[in-house]
Amino acid sequence: MPASALPRPGGLVAGYCPVPGIPDEMLDAQGRLRPCWAPLIDHIEGLGPRGFPAAIARGEQYLREAGVFFRTFGTTPDTARDWPFSAVPIVLPQRDWAGIAAGLIERADLLEAVIADLYGPARLVSDGLLPAALVAENPEWLRPMVGVAPRGGHYLHFVAFEIGRGPDGRWWVLGDRTQSPSGAGFALENRVAATRVFAEIYGQANVRRLAGFFRAFRDALNGLQGEAAARSGARAGILSAGPMTDTYYEQAYIARYLGLPLLEGGDLSVEDGAVMIRTVSGPVPVEVLWRRMDAHWADPLELDEASRIGTPGLMSALRAGGVTLVNALGAGVVEAQAMLAFLPGIAQALNGRPLRLPNIATWWCGQTPERDHVRAHARSMSISPALSPRLPFETDDTGLAERLRGSDADLDAWIVQSGAALVGQEVVRLSTTPAWQDGMLAARPMSIRVFLARTPQGWQVMPGGFARIGRSADTTALSLRQGSAVADVWIVADRPVGDETMLPAAPVTRARAGTGELPSRAADNLFWLGRYVERTEGLLRLSRALNARIADGGDAALRAKLADLLVSFGAAPSEPLPQAIPAALQAGVGAASRIRDRFSVDGWTALTDLEKSVSRMAAKVTAGTDAALGAGILLRKVAGFSGLVQDNMYRATGWRFLVLGRALERAATMAALLARLTDPAAPTGALDAALEIGDSTMIHRQRFAVMASRESVVDLLAFDPDNPRAIRFQLDAMAAQVARLPQPHQAQAPFAEALAATSARLQAHSPASLDPVALRALRADVLGLSDLMSDAYLR
Amino acid sequence: MIYDIALRIRHRYATPASLGRHLVRLMPTDRPGAQRVLNGQLDISPAPDERTERVDIFGNATTDFAYRGTLRAIALDLHVRVERLAPQAPRGASLSLCDMPQALAGIASLAPDAPVHFMAPSPFVPRDATMAAYARARVAPHMTARAAVLAVGGALHADMRYDPEATEVDTPASEAFAARHGVCQDFSHILIGCLRGIGIPAGYVSGFLRTNPPPGRPRLEGADAMHAWVRAWCGPEAGWMEFDPTNDVEAGEDHVTVARGRDYGDVSPVRGVMRGAGRQSSEHAVDVVPLGA
Repeated sequence: MPASALPRPGGLVAGYCPVPGIPDEMLDAQGRLRPCWAPLIDHIEGLGPRGFPAAIARGEQYLREAGVFFRTFGTTPDTARDWPFSAVPIVLPQRDWAGIAAGLIERADLLEAVIADLYGPARLVSDGLLPAALVAENPEWLRPMVGVAPRGGHYLHFVAFEIGRGPDGRWWVLGDRTQSPSGAGFALENRVAATRVFAEIYGQANVRRLAGFFRAFRDALNGLQGEAAARSGARAGILSAGPMTDTYYEQAYIARYLGLPLLEGGDLSVEDGAVMIRTVSGPVPVEVLWRRMDAHWADPLELDEASRIGTPGLMSALRAGGVTLVNALGAGVVEAQAMLAFLPGIAQALNGRPLRLPNIATWWCGQTPERDHVRAHARSMSISPALSPRLPFETDDTGLAERLRGSDADLDAWIVQSGAALVGQEVVRLSTTPAWQDGMLAARPMSIRVFLARTPQGWQVMPGGFARIGRSADTTALSLRQGSAVADVWIVADRPVGDETMLPAAPVTRARAGTGELPSRAADNLFWLGRYVERTEGLLRLSRALNARIADGGDAALRAKLADLLVSFGAAPSEPLPQAIPAALQAGVGAASRIRDRFSVDGWTALTDLEKSVSRMAAKVTAGTDAALGAGILLRKVAGFSGLVQDNMYRATGWRFLVLGRALERAATMAALLARLTDPAAPTGALDAALEIGDSTMIHRQRFAVMASRESVVDLLAFDPDNPRAIRFQLDAMAAQVARLPQPHQAQAPFAEALAATSARLQAHSPASLDPVALRALRADVLGLSDLMSDAYLR
Repeated sequence: MIYDIALRIRHRYATPASLGRHLVRLMPTDRPGAQRVLNGQLDISPAPDERTERVDIFGNATTDFAYRGTLRAIALDLHVRVERLAPQAPRGASLSLCDMPQALAGIASLAPDAPVHFMAPSPFVPRDATMAAYARARVAPHMTARAAVLAVGGALHADMRYDPEATEVDTPASEAFAARHGVCQDFSHILIGCLRGIGIPAGYVSGFLRTNPPPGRPRLEGADAMHAWVRAWCGPEAGWMEFDPTNDVEAGEDHVTVARGRDYGDVSPVRGVMRGAGRQSSEHAVDVVPLGA
């Protein structure tokens, strides 16, 4: 029996209804299950309508724990959306895929040739293959790049194509992604989630692995460095537009996965045509940047002057051949929708044959016959802005829907008037694929983003992709605009595939460059994360002490004293758990979110969990016992995060900055606490409160065996080198970290000297002489260290 | 006419600024048929750690310079001798407005002077229906492009008030137009918006004006600083004409070109990025004196 003649099974698949006239990925035109789907569908059948959801839950749990999200710009500034994972992958046979891959490689070469021409001789324009106006008016055609040949000769190194299968069963290109294609990291995350869902069969399903593609791309990136840099073990970097970008999560993820530093424009400077990373050890050169930032923002000096996220002089480094950008600035010029109208003709002229994979038929309204064609078919077409780089189903709907509701005459007048600003495109109908919905498999339209990386051996195509699945059965591509789910793509070979990981196959011969130099910005964020988490803890301890005294109706004067102390830390004592506590922690999460690439999944989860608990608790507790108990719970969670930092974080330079921040904050807080609570005028019970807040009641009892005196408390909480709550202990801890920090850097001396001087001044005191005035001066000295440290390492 | 031109620019920073990187377009270049640079020098003080001379896509002389350390002030001094040739009559007939679209569609070139660069909205001159309507009301379809430039430019000069205090360098042209006031930059951007709105490719010219007028002629506005005017394309035969809307004259022997572009952004005389630069003050003085005067 030929493989394609498998009978259509019953159960889940029996209830599956493809759309008449629209190809389906799972069932062929006769309604028979395609052979490459059989193992997957058998497995789902076997699990049944109750078992499969449980399997899906495993994948979803992974995504939740990994914190996979899109950032969306809504009414709240940073809304993180849940990841809309559709568990059933799209399955494609290897032999079909080979045809797609060949077509996409041909297209990638075509786009490279077009870009090189547009920034070089512009023969496509003089030969009449591309209208001059279409190029000149394209905001992604960057005039400063004209005549600037990219180092190494290539404009494109990493591209993506959105493809879909049309009603005739052929694959079509819906859009080209050359600016800074996103989604490869999401494809990896979807793969991990899918392997959790299908853990029982994935290993035997002959699904081609993705790791080899990423390894080849990483090696290609590092290989784009000059000889000297490559020999020294230097690495390529990822240039990010920062945490407010919708795909920042993905950038951080892929930076971790590939082991490349995640850099922002402010981390870089340009010196004599070379790009340097500002690190805590001074400037370190970088020669290859995988650009995940739109070109306009890259250099405020020569591109968009309003950019706050770029690197002044980056263009000059490109002209000097000092850096390779992946992809080159200006590569986005071919993303414009209107280019789709001309690429088929250009391909014919350059390659002498039509494109292997067609793109969707497009008519640019800047030309009279084409505009007349669009006018004649306006109602049955998709009309979009000509120069928009978005896909047909993503187009900004600027008044278009309204035009379509208006009269034919109005619509026609609008097309005539807008002319060159518009394209008409055929309405794409996409093939369907099964999605799990309400206990059944439902046919949903889909498109796939496929990624290509340039390697020394030529373009490599990721065997898989990032699939988008429509929410309804409407198969016009437009339906994806209303939001879509995402799914994994399985390319299934006839034979077993080898396991691939990111680990090199051969032993590492080249010396590894340690963990890399720490960018100053990352150090700064780690330092502040340490400070904010410690500030959260300090405020919680103080609030717990106050609430405990409210609960037992303690001395009013002492309560007022503790309340004053809270006020001096910027917290409102009228709130059971002051809002300043979640605010401090949120600031910490903010700092951490700018360095996501440096956090393990566990570390990030612990921190965000803590933040959620604190916010929830602060919102609901009542003053007194309730708040005191709540603060206790939260303190244990803080200790959980701190323990993770202490026990699990690699002792790289970044960890030292985190520890420095924590020590500095703790020392300063303790000085402020002692200044108020050991004041001779402080109310009765203040010394006990100081011991309680300083977590030293027990040790005080053991060491002094007397009632707390001003001297004994100050001795234990300021001078004791073995008490982790004592100022001395924290100053020693800072000195120990400073000794291990990178030394060969400009102005560290004042910081190290000031730290030593602060410690000496403390030790010159006795518990008796360290009075509130001296404690306040000590606190100011400690806080002053923060600025000196910034001068030394973080500028 | 030969001029000795002196330009002096001073920037002072209230707090020391670091990692400064600048791009300046101050040096006039040879413009065949219009001007010749006899000699010239741009001095930058303190001496930058990096300095590169290059020519940008529109043919403008561009100097990039950068400092590694901190500094409190920058001084730029330009001294240049330029021969300004007498303007020539147009090479050929200007097209009429109604023939422009077809002529433009036939030009398959991205060369620096190709009109195609100057048709589309540009960062400082976005598409503006008000300006287009203003221009349309002052022209007729069979008018030549050249006549249209003179008509619209003249109307703007009559309707707008020259006021050096009214606008800043980043005031949008639409705002200056609504208030009918501004300086040469505003006049030029508004005229460019008007001309593009009626299908005439138009660009921006930065340059110098003769400081003291020849005997018996009025002093021109804008001579005490760098000046700006407009160039417009009148068809393949007539080519480009230059018109100064601030003074309602065609650019002539009193105008010396420094740089050309789509708008101010392409020719801005000094662009710079400093880290930590607080408040800054600047001063800017120009002297354009005929040789032997």
